[in-house]
Amino acid sequence: MKTMTVEAAIHNIPQVTEWVDAELDILHCPVKARMQIDIAMDEILSNIAYYAYAPGTGEMTVGFEALPDGHGAWFEFTDRGRPYNPLENAEPDISLPAEDRSEGGLGILLVRKTMDEVRYEYRDGANVLTIRKNWIQG
Amino acid sequence: MTITANKNGTALEVALAGRLDTMTAPELEKELNEQLDGAEKLVFDFASVEYISSAGLRVLLSAHKKMSTKGGMTIKNINEIVREVFEVTGFTDILNIE
Repeated sequence: MKTMTVEAAIHNIPQVTEWVDAELDILHCPVKARMQIDIAMDEILSNIAYYAYAPGTGEMTVGFEALPDGHGAWFEFTDRGRPYNPLENAEPDISLPAEDRSEGGLGILLVRKTMDEVRYEYRDGANVLTIRKNWIQG
Repeated sequence: MTITANKNGTALEVALAGRLDTMTAPELEKELNEQLDGAEKLVFDFASVEYISSAGLRVLLSAHKKMSTKGGMTIKNINEIVREVFEVTGFTDILNIE
């Protein structure tokens, strides 16, 4: 698995996204799947940057590995902040009218709906969120 | 992301280009805070928006709430990815999409 480690700060998200996009281009990942992955990364990395180490700072690592058939990839997001499983949160009620909407939980909802698999584990003192995205080559 | 705001009387049209995400959503929020006061109607042109994440949804929801007591808010020219994000999060039921 290829990895990139950066300080857990939102200004580092574009740099990580660029790196992953370049890897996806090598695999001829279709534009739609690439954008879904970029959105998922924005949701997961911003969550880590805002909350994992607050009020301190730390690192976040993104791992990338293509599936053996080249039609998909695994992405692993690791931080050593406070233990937090985003998959345990209740899904937001998306049927509420605008004035009653709360703004939390939409990010992880997007990740769950657009990725093919999402897993969380607390491993060796680290939060590890793993997602898989499959695509059909265009 | 680039933000181009045009005022036509009390109507404000905001054309966006690029990615509306964690890094860029605060720029849009700031622009709207400066421009929305005199506006009775708000139109977003998403023709050049690549994608939107939940950070962008938060700004749109807040603008929608502000405009709902006035002439309302409309979003036009959304692409397939933006539509999917709106659908998955139930925003198609809230927002006025042209």
